[in-house]
Amino acid sequence: MYDFRTGIQDWMGAGLPTEGTNAQRPRLVDVVRRDVPTFGLGERLGDVRDRVVAAGWEACVVVSEDRVVLGLLRAKELQGDPNLPVERVMRPGPSTFRPFVTVEEMRRTMTDRNLASSPVTTADGRLVGVVLRADVGAG
Amino acid sequence: MAQEIDREGVRRLIEEGGQVVDVLPAKEYEQDHLPGAINLPIRRIEAEARRVLDRDRPIVVYCADSA
Repeated sequence: MYDFRTGIQDWMGAGLPTEGTNAQRPRLVDVVRRDVPTFGLGERLGDVRDRVVAAGWEACVVVSEDRVVLGLLRAKELQGDPNLPVERVMRPGPSTFRPFVTVEEMRRTMTDRNLASSPVTTADGRLVGVVLRADVGAG
Repeated sequence: MAQEIDREGVRRLIEEGGQVVDVLPAKEYEQDHLPGAINLPIRRIEAEARRVLDRDRPIVVYCADSA
């Protein structure tokens, strides 16, 4: 007898297939934008802003060397003093969501909390990508 | 005493024909469960395990997480 202690949350968090009524519903793993720009804490905001704009984004994610999410830079933060390091400007510790969350559930969450963008991470906090309101059909 | 197993181990056992038992309530099982898992909620497991499970094949038991 074996005990899979981390259970189905761990299984789904790794994007592995499941069966059941939710299995056919779209999940964040199906819509997440994996090409979101990422930066480290010490980078200069002006440089970051230029690269984010060049990539066609209005936001980016601040990550550690092993891609653990540390903060978000939205349009508002990107307009800060270009000489400051990212660490001083970012919005730290954003709410993150797992890839197995259904799009329907995320639509409700983003609407209720008025979220413009949300990082999607593995259970140990590593960035998978970002979802925007339009990705989940939130108005 | 059950031996702890990780995700990769579970994948291997499923491929090798192991039995997977979901001990969550039926409603949660109906929404999502591991491929091929049998639902035996905690309150039923003692009464039904012998009848439902094959003792000669590996058995993996899981719930939502360890928290």
